[in-house]
Amino acid sequence: MTDATPVSTPLAYDDADLRGILKSVRTIAMVGLSPKWVRPSNFAAKYLQGKGYRVIPVNPGVAGKEILGETVYASLKEIPGRFEMVDIFRSSEAAGPITDAAIALKEEKGIQVIWMQLGVRNDDAAARAEAAGLTVVMDRCPKIEYGRLFGELGWGGVNSGIISSKRPGPRP
Amino acid sequence: MSDDDGKARPPGFGFETRAIHAGARPDPTTGARNTPIFQTTSYVFDDVDHAADLFNLQTFGFIYSRLTNPTVSVLEERIANLEDGRAAVCAASGHAAQFLTFFTLLGPGDEFVASRNLYGGSITQFGLSFKKLGWTCHFVDPTDPENFRRALTPKCKAIFLEILANPGGIVVDVEPVAAIAREAGIPLIVDNTMATPYLCRPFEWGADIVVHSTTKFLSGHGTSVGGAVVESGRFDWAQNDKFPCMTQPEPAYHGLTFYETFGDFGFTTKARAVALRDFGPTLSPANAFYTITGIETLHLRMERHVQNAQAVAEFLEGHPAVAGVSYAGLPSSPYHDLARKYLPRGPGSVFTCRLKGGFEAGVRLVESVELFSHLANIGDTRSLILHPASTTHRQLSPEQQVAAGAGPDVVRLSIGLETADDLLRDLDRGLAATTTGK
Repeated sequence: MTDATPVSTPLAYDDADLRGILKSVRTIAMVGLSPKWVRPSNFAAKYLQGKGYRVIPVNPGVAGKEILGETVYASLKEIPGRFEMVDIFRSSEAAGPITDAAIALKEEKGIQVIWMQLGVRNDDAAARAEAAGLTVVMDRCPKIEYGRLFGELGWGGVNSGIISSKRPGPRP
Repeated sequence: MSDDDGKARPPGFGFETRAIHAGARPDPTTGARNTPIFQTTSYVFDDVDHAADLFNLQTFGFIYSRLTNPTVSVLEERIANLEDGRAAVCAASGHAAQFLTFFTLLGPGDEFVASRNLYGGSITQFGLSFKKLGWTCHFVDPTDPENFRRALTPKCKAIFLEILANPGGIVVDVEPVAAIAREAGIPLIVDNTMATPYLCRPFEWGADIVVHSTTKFLSGHGTSVGGAVVESGRFDWAQNDKFPCMTQPEPAYHGLTFYETFGDFGFTTKARAVALRDFGPTLSPANAFYTITGIETLHLRMERHVQNAQAVAEFLEGHPAVAGVSYAGLPSSPYHDLARKYLPRGPGSVFTCRLKGGFEAGVRLVESVELFSHLANIGDTRSLILHPASTTHRQLSPEQQVAAGAGPDVVRLSIGLETADDLLRDLDRGLAATTTGK
């Protein structure tokens, strides 16, 4: 596949933009969510559920079953309701057609954000999504970014990069 | 939603601001501005599911202070920030930090290469105690970076050095050593205790992991023993098959794969979740608090440490009882150029001098000074003096002592923050005693 961009030049996202996404989104379709509890995708989904997000699993291998209490769908198209964000837990190559499917469904499903996981980056697909009016984040994990921006990541000794003398406010 | 929870600002806060603020926001419950000492062993769970998530590392939070504690976390984030690293884990001492690092990296039969110019306790830890765990350390003369390459074996999993070596005044040319480690696909670990991130940030020169004894300049007042491991977040643990510790399911953690799950902070997460959990050399919240407080003045103290050290080194170099001074801030030092490259704000405040009167003069000097304290720490506000051959380095063979820059005629000084003239007078009096015998 030639569609995938090797992760070379680092991506930079503004903290305010990421915080805005995490505050506005409520429902996330997670493509590639594993039913195995020890997998990173399952960790991220369970964490995000705990923060009040609804996480809808998309995984054709286990379609019709449940992951973390939610019915699994084979594709974005088959999800019955609306969801503002697509979180892609697949390879950089696979992120291309998934992004295209999301672009095609953006009006019908209310999709606003394409989020590609840590290590997943597809610049061509991102350009297509942005041209279609979607917000794109690549090579980041929403769990880690949530933890970083809302003061939990530092509990594990991680450098959040956040400097503030304001008392931490309410979380989304 | 209010946006008062940490306004996004571009990176670029100065070192001094970060030394005071990084990791420490007002307490969300009480508004306490200074970081409280969370003197508690454990933390309540919301429910059984929350407890399970915490034990499984599925969510961020506190379980038990052997693993994490809110005061210690502030210190960890602060050190990670000042080093421009991704994450840090603290430990009960610098030695414990080294243990956490190597326990995470190595299995029985594994090897690593280390500079032979290290704190004497590290030479003993690596050369003798680690051997009992099946880990072999190959020591090399660090003054030629190629020596590290020559000592590498297929079983080597890391290179370790002190960029500013204790006690010899040696500055290691770290950039080519980092290139050698990179070619070998193994991490370069740099002990940055003597320089602190104010004087040098090893990640800028290609290091992958930084370790600290926070006991020294970071804590800075001789109050609190502690250590830290910092990861840059840039080492690719999956580039070869040398690090199953990071890339294979971990049996000590129900099959979790740390690199895949935690990415660029996977190493410190694993060091915490397995090595710290299972061996328990935890930093106490009180010691973390003292160290946090110390770091808030790190920039001011290091400036004065360096200034006083330069004055004392110049004085000693001109003294008739002194045969030589190994301070990289002196133009006579063979490491002067390297110091200007790697430590442009000054090469620390710990160095040695050789006395013309040999072993006897060393003993006489440490016993004659009044202001300098005769003890085995460094990086205190107080000026310290030591005769390594009779104390910290006495476990080493005479050959090892000389190789480590701690021969019989060597006296080690850690220059504090007193009035410089008072330090010069005290040394002058002590040195007179080495020649008159009084």
